[in-house]
Amino acid sequence: MMSAISQHARLAQNALRRLFASPVSGLLNIIVIGIALSLPAGMYVLLQNAQGMLAQASSSPQISLFLTMDASADDIARLRKQLAQNPAIDKAVFISRADALKNLAQSNGLTDVIAGLESNPLPDAFVVSPKTTHAKALDDLRNELQKLPRVDLAQLDSAWVYKLEAMLEFTRIMILILASLLSLALIAITFNTIRLQIMTQRDEIQVAKLIGATNSFVRRPFLYFGAMQGILGGITAWLIIALSLYLLKQPIATLSRLYGSNFTLHPLSLGDSLTLLLFSLYLGLMGAWLSVGRHLSVIEPS
Amino acid sequence: MISFNQVSKRYPGGFEALKNVSFELAKGEMAFLTGHSGAGKSTLLKLIAVIERPNSGSVLVNNQNVSVLKSAALPYLRRNIGMIFQDHKLLFDRSVFDNVQLPLQICGFDHKETGKRVRAALDKVGLLGREKANPIALSGGEQQRLCIARAIVNRPSILLADEPTGNLDAEYAQEIMKIFNSFHQVGATLLISTHDAGMLQNSHVRMICLKHGEIQPAESPREGETPS
Repeated sequence: MMSAISQHARLAQNALRRLFASPVSGLLNIIVIGIALSLPAGMYVLLQNAQGMLAQASSSPQISLFLTMDASADDIARLRKQLAQNPAIDKAVFISRADALKNLAQSNGLTDVIAGLESNPLPDAFVVSPKTTHAKALDDLRNELQKLPRVDLAQLDSAWVYKLEAMLEFTRIMILILASLLSLALIAITFNTIRLQIMTQRDEIQVAKLIGATNSFVRRPFLYFGAMQGILGGITAWLIIALSLYLLKQPIATLSRLYGSNFTLHPLSLGDSLTLLLFSLYLGLMGAWLSVGRHLSVIEPS
Repeated sequence: MISFNQVSKRYPGGFEALKNVSFELAKGEMAFLTGHSGAGKSTLLKLIAVIERPNSGSVLVNNQNVSVLKSAALPYLRRNIGMIFQDHKLLFDRSVFDNVQLPLQICGFDHKETGKRVRAALDKVGLLGREKANPIALSGGEQQRLCIARAIVNRPSILLADEPTGNLDAEYAQEIMKIFNSFHQVGATLLISTHDAGMLQNSHVRMICLKHGEIQPAESPREGETPS
């Protein structure tokens, strides 16, 4: 009996040979599959990058409490005690108006401007680090702190992060929809290719059945063909994404330097690459399976 | 080996190809199936390989009623039956060697054994030197012999031939008859449909004669009935 491995190797080889029997249409199919896959996969990579950036930014949401200008040392001491007792708060750091002015002068190179000021326009402030990172709870806490006496303004620093997160969630679902639709298209492409294959090999299938081929024997080469086409499409998609990221790398580095950030674009991880290839293989196999089930049983020797 | 019991076959549209056909073919026996075209010869052969199923009666192959066989079991029945077709049914997208190799691939033989058996089968039909050729480059007689090589490479116990010499001149037909005789001698069961009078005259082989779908009394003495 032929060993299973050599039989599979022969089938895979035959599938490749048949895929490129007509090089133009074979390549076109693979490119179409590659492009269809690279769209959602590429967008997914960008999304991953955005989420990574976001995770850095939103790791410590803070609420700034700006006090009214007439807050006295007693008020401040009372507030400090209240904040320390609040179970929702991890810690609260007091920044006096003098310190705030000093920081401002150091960090932004506004020394000259600040030196020209008659009085310190900055209020005293507390920087509160809440225990929760949940958007709703943070909002509740902000409202609660806003009502404290001598508090002029309670500002949730990370509000923009949550807006962005919501936007990313929206994008994620869009990508999911796009990926589902393009996957269906991919199955349809394979379905049709296999149908044409079966039509052109009608004689071969009939002869094989006449001399004792089982259905699975007849089916197998087509399944290999579908899987092969799928995985080659997956590799094409991977190459498209890798090339795009390579081209984007320089502009993004420049852009993030201009914004004073050290953000770099991460390529597809090994796990994601494998997932992409396995998924494309699975889609090809799926299309072939459906097509073979539909078209092969019709061909019987007569 | 092969036994027909009151078998009738009607095609959709009402044409009755076989009417109440009963006969038996013993293991190792060789017989000619004769009759004019349209007499039902091809239909009878198709019923043995279950390419068609009878409307009534039973067809036994190796004591198994094949007319009720599930379609999933058919491949295993057909592997034991070598079929030779008038139109050869060769595949022109591959070499002579690959054509003969197909039944062995279907049964899952390993590479080495396949090569040996294919060459042995090609040798038997005198095509050993042509294994790399494309079947399209072969003459009609050579194509028929290639078809025979493919039918026997798997060493089936039954050989069915449908008009194997139909399009060939007498000389080629003689060669092919010789090949059939050699299989008969090694114990295969053969049923050969033909209307080639020349082929029938100089043999002592049993004849099963069909006329309008019915078996006729034998036209020649049945002296060749027992295998030699």
